[in-house]
Amino acid sequence: MRLPLLVRALRDPGVVRGLDAAGWDMLLRQAGAANLDAALLVLLEDAGLLDIMPAAPRAHFEWTRAAVASHARATRYEVRQIGQALAGLGLPLILLKGAAYAMAGLGAGRGRLFSDIDILVPKAHLSEVEAALMMHGWITTHHDAYDQRYYRQWMHELPPMQHARRGNAIDVHHAILPETAPVRPDPDSLRAHARPVDGMPGLAVLAPHDMVLHSAVHLFFDGEFDKGLRDLFDLHRLLGQFGAEPGFWAGLPARARALQLGRPLFYALRYCRLVFGTAVPEEVMDVVAQDGPPPAMRPLMDSLFERALRPLHPSCETRASAIARFLLYVRGNWLRMPPLLLSRHLFHKAFIAPRAQTTP
Amino acid sequence: MLTVGMIAPAELRARLSGDGLVLRTGPFTNLIRSNVPHLIDTVALMYADYPVEPGGGFADFHLDYSLARGMRRWFHAQVRFSYDGSTPFQPLPLAQAYPMLEWTMNWCVSQRAHTYLIIHAAVLEKHGRAIILPAPSGSGKSTLTAALLGHGWRLLSDEMTLVDLDDGNVVPLPRPVSLKNASIDIIRAFRPDAVLSRPVEQTTKGTIAHLKVPAGSIARAVEPARPAHIVFPCWEAGAPLQLELLPKARAFMQVADNCFNYQVLGARGFGALGRLIDASDAHLFRYSSLPDAMGLFERLALGEA
Repeated sequence: MRLPLLVRALRDPGVVRGLDAAGWDMLLRQAGAANLDAALLVLLEDAGLLDIMPAAPRAHFEWTRAAVASHARATRYEVRQIGQALAGLGLPLILLKGAAYAMAGLGAGRGRLFSDIDILVPKAHLSEVEAALMMHGWITTHHDAYDQRYYRQWMHELPPMQHARRGNAIDVHHAILPETAPVRPDPDSLRAHARPVDGMPGLAVLAPHDMVLHSAVHLFFDGEFDKGLRDLFDLHRLLGQFGAEPGFWAGLPARARALQLGRPLFYALRYCRLVFGTAVPEEVMDVVAQDGPPPAMRPLMDSLFERALRPLHPSCETRASAIARFLLYVRGNWLRMPPLLLSRHLFHKAFIAPRAQTTP
Repeated sequence: MLTVGMIAPAELRARLSGDGLVLRTGPFTNLIRSNVPHLIDTVALMYADYPVEPGGGFADFHLDYSLARGMRRWFHAQVRFSYDGSTPFQPLPLAQAYPMLEWTMNWCVSQRAHTYLIIHAAVLEKHGRAIILPAPSGSGKSTLTAALLGHGWRLLSDEMTLVDLDDGNVVPLPRPVSLKNASIDIIRAFRPDAVLSRPVEQTTKGTIAHLKVPAGSIARAVEPARPAHIVFPCWEAGAPLQLELLPKARAFMQVADNCFNYQVLGARGFGALGRLIDASDAHLFRYSSLPDAMGLFERLALGEA
C-alpha cells in the first residue's frame, strides 16, 4: 500500500521540495484532518524548508504557529492552576500524554495539540483530588447516573471535569487501563517510577519506558482511531528521543512484561517501523515478537491497522478503511470489558441513553 | 480576470457539483462544492463580481454543502455542511443553505486566520479613512453599513475586520452584508437599488437576507486601508444624533471583547490592538435616523468631526 503524502512528508520532510500547488493542498488537508499540521510545521521548520513554500500554504503554517503558541501558553497556565488546586494534598502532580510531553520539554511535545490535561493520582486519594478540583472550579461533565457509574465503577478515570470559567478539561486517572480490562498494569509501580520535571517543583511525568508503554496502550487498547496516526507519531518521536539514551532499548521488553503490556508494545514497535520507519533494534523486535499475536493473525491485524493508521481524510478513505475502523472499534471495546458487561454497556448506549436524552 | 458572473449557469452548476468552484474572497480562496440548486442560484447572484481562481491548485478552505441523504432528502429536507470530509455542525433546514454558507465561510476565517487580529466588526472606507464598527448583533451595524454602501463608501467587511499584525492596516474581506428582521425592509425602502438575497425565515437569528456588495468594493479588495475611527453604533428609536469620544483604555477593552482571536494571539494581539487604538479615535454613537448618521459619517471620513 502506497503511503499517504502526509506520512511520506513526516518520514522525510524533503519530499515537500517536489510539491506543486495541488500537492501542498493535499498535504495540508491530510495534516489538518490528522491533527498533525502543527507537528508538520515543526519538522519543516527544523529542516529549513519553510522558505521554499509557496505563499498560500505558508500562510497556513503562520496561522498554525499562532495557535500552537497560544496552546502552549494555555497549557502552562492550566497546569499551574491544577498544581495550585492540588497543592495541599501532598501528592506529586503526575502528568500523562500530551501535557506530559509538553511540560517535560520532549520532542514529542513540539507541535502536539491536545484538548484535555490528563493526570495520574493514587486511587486511594481519588475523592480528595476530585473535591480539591471542585473547590477550584472544575465540575463534572457527565451528569447522567449511568455515565457516572460507568466511569466510577468500571473505568480507570473520573468522569471528565471541566473548569466552569475557562472551559478547560481535566481527566483524573488512577490507572492506565479500565478496571474491567483483562490486564492490570500496576499503577503503584507507574507512580513509583515517575520522574520529576526539571525546574518545575511538584511536577512529574512517567519514566521513559512507562511513557512509551502508556502511549502504546492508549493507541492499541482503544477502539477509536480518529487520532490514530497522531498517536503513532507520538510513539515514533518518543522512541526516537528515548532510544538514544543508554539502556532504554535493553530494558523496554522486560518493563512491558512486568506491566503486562507486551502485546501493545509489539504493535507499537511494529507499526512505528512500518509507517514511520522508526529505528527499532532487531534484537528488541525479536524479543517483543514473542508477545505479539499468533503468526496466523498477523496479516489480518496488519491489514486492519495499516488502514486505520492513515490520516482521517477523504483522500485516504476506502470502503475497507471504514470496515477496518469498525472492526477495531469492536476489538477495542472487547479488550476493555468482559463480553457480558460490554453487551450491557452497548445496549445502554444504543437504546437507553438516546431515549433519556430526548425526554426533558 | 474570470468572475462568477462570466460563467454560464450550466457550467457553474457543473463546477459546483463536480470538482468545485474556487472563489476568491479578499486574501482567501474557498473551494466550494454543492448540489443544492437554490444555493447555486444564490451564489451566482451574490458572488457574480467575485474572482474565480483556476481549479486543481491550492485552496485555503474546502467547503461542501450537500442535500442530506436518506429520509432528510424528502421529508423536512436538510442541507449538510462538511469541511473537507468532517462535519463540524448539525445539518440545517434546506431553506437555510445560503445563510449556512455565509456563516461557515466566516467560521473558516475566524477559527484559523491568525495572521490577523480579527474583530467582529464591519469596516468601511471613504476618502482614504477606514471606520471600524465593532458591535454585537442588534446594534444596527449592518443596517448602517448597508445604507452607507449606496453613498460612495467602500466595504472592506461586514462581519470580520482583519487587522494586519505587522503594519496595522485593515485588509479587505468584502462579503455580502447580513441584514436581519426589520433591517431588511428598512434597507429596501432606503436603497431601492439594493440587490438582496431572498429572505430566509426562522433561522437562529430570525429572518435573514444578504445585501450584494457593490462591484467597486470587490474590485478594490486587494487594497488595504488605514484605520481612522472606531465607532460603536447603537440604534435607538427617537434618539438624537450623538457622538461621544471614548477614552482609549475603554476603547481597548471594548474592542478586545469583540475580537475572535485576541486570546489566541497573546502578546502580538495586545500589541496590534494597542497600535490600532493609538491610530484611531473611538466613539460611542447613538442614532435613530439613517440620513443623519450618514451625514455624520461623511464628516468623519473628511476628518471634520
